[in-house]
Amino acid sequence: MKTKESNTNNAVSPPNIINVSGLYISFGENNEVLKGINFQVKKGENLVVLGKSGSGKSVMIKCLVGLDKADKGELFVWGKDITKLTYEQLNAIRLRIGFLFQNAALYDSMSVRENLAFPLKRHSKNLTQIEIDKAVLNTLKDVGLEKSIDKMPSELSGGMRKRVGLARTLILKPEIILYDEPTTGLDPITSKEISELILSIQKKNKTTSVIITHDLACAKLTADRIIILRDGVVFMEGSYDELEQSKNEWVNSFFGIIN
Amino acid sequence: MLSLETIFQEDNIHLFLQILFNQKHEALTTYLKDVFSNTSNVSIFALRFWKEVFKPPFEIKEFIRQCYLLGYKALPLVAITGFIMGLVLTIQSRPTMAKFGAEAWLPGMVALSMIKEVAPIITALICAGKISSGIGAELGSMKVTEQIDAMEVSAINPFKYLVVTRILATTLMVPILVVFADCIGIIGGFMGMNIHTDVTLFRYLHKILESLNFIDIVPATIKTFFFGFFIGMIGCYKGFTASNGTESVGRAANSAVVAASLAIFIIDMIAVQLTDLYANI
Repeated sequence: MKTKESNTNNAVSPPNIINVSGLYISFGENNEVLKGINFQVKKGENLVVLGKSGSGKSVMIKCLVGLDKADKGELFVWGKDITKLTYEQLNAIRLRIGFLFQNAALYDSMSVRENLAFPLKRHSKNLTQIEIDKAVLNTLKDVGLEKSIDKMPSELSGGMRKRVGLARTLILKPEIILYDEPTTGLDPITSKEISELILSIQKKNKTTSVIITHDLACAKLTADRIIILRDGVVFMEGSYDELEQSKNEWVNSFFGIIN
Repeated sequence: MLSLETIFQEDNIHLFLQILFNQKHEALTTYLKDVFSNTSNVSIFALRFWKEVFKPPFEIKEFIRQCYLLGYKALPLVAITGFIMGLVLTIQSRPTMAKFGAEAWLPGMVALSMIKEVAPIITALICAGKISSGIGAELGSMKVTEQIDAMEVSAINPFKYLVVTRILATTLMVPILVVFADCIGIIGGFMGMNIHTDVTLFRYLHKILESLNFIDIVPATIKTFFFGFFIGMIGCYKGFTASNGTESVGRAANSAVVAASLAIFIIDMIAVQLTDLYANI
């Protein structure tokens, strides 16, 4: 277990594919939410990020795909600094990164089939309609929703929406998946199903994941490593068991409150 | 807080007026700042449109879909309004024209009014209410529910897919709707004429064509392209820049109608002045 004082990268192998250093983000004057965050994610690792609401977790992962701009700091993904890329270079990186939004962000005007086919059609121009249909069906099978292929997003439950969102993320075969509170608003059973799905996807596709969550059950199930944000910095990091046994009062209360 | 009695003491009135003036001054400064900031943001948005519109890939399918959704679906409303305007204009003008013995000029007058002013303005206002607010609400809702962000992270340019296609569709469809409203309005005028007199369609159309000139039709049609462009652009701008909150969706739709309606009248005023200048050369 590392505290903020000993937060250094000791990884030798596998390589770090995400490397964040000195990340500062603020919302207006005197509202600095991230004050020099440093963390790395190794290839194939599941990193869970915990922290109080409003601690800048979601903004942090949005910075990783260039959706939000950092005030200061370096965000290296596959050795390329996201903050210094052109729009075209950034899009090339984005194609290799999947992002599951908190509310799935499904396109309301499109059916489940169209939601999945949309990014595929744009980026795989050489695919025939039959191949696209097949890819859509196979990806929906992976998340157990092949029967809902012709439904509209408004006809889906919260859990189903998350699964479709995940399927839409998976269809482009990303190497990194960023999850923004994947189990928020779901009942414990569905939350567990989603967490298991995240884990099975990681095992099947050998993806690297960064999971923002408040759900400790999800964190316990999916995390290889956890970092906890407090006061705009990485306060502590370690495995779930290490953090659970932490002597730190704040970490204990954090785990206790959520439990 | 100052009581009324204290305020009306001679010395304090001066102080009170000064405070009132300062507050008004501050409010005016804030208002002007907002106006200039909005104008510059809309201009940047418009510049981005012109930058993106000529850059491939071209979203032809989405453009055609938007033409159908924004244009074809507004047809019934435009048709009903155009017909009623033509009919009402004829019925209302007939007694006055008859007083001066100029009833024969009624078809020409109705056609001129419809083509030059009534149909473009009424159709554009309908489009501002139906299309601009619709775009504002749709894009605003997409923004709030992170659908635009989802497009962005999928390496799809949301500006090109959502904004450029909609602005192009309104720029093309509003003039078509106006021409359609012109035709329907003229038919409405024909029906209005036939309530009191018996005029054949051929005679009615002949009288209209006799009184129409090139200068009547072309400038009136050109200005509708600008109406369409601004209706689309304002709707897209309001929706695309909506802040994160459900309240902002309603605000985006509402302010899109207000701003687009205002823009229509300003463009109309400029167009009329320019046409007048051209006619007097």
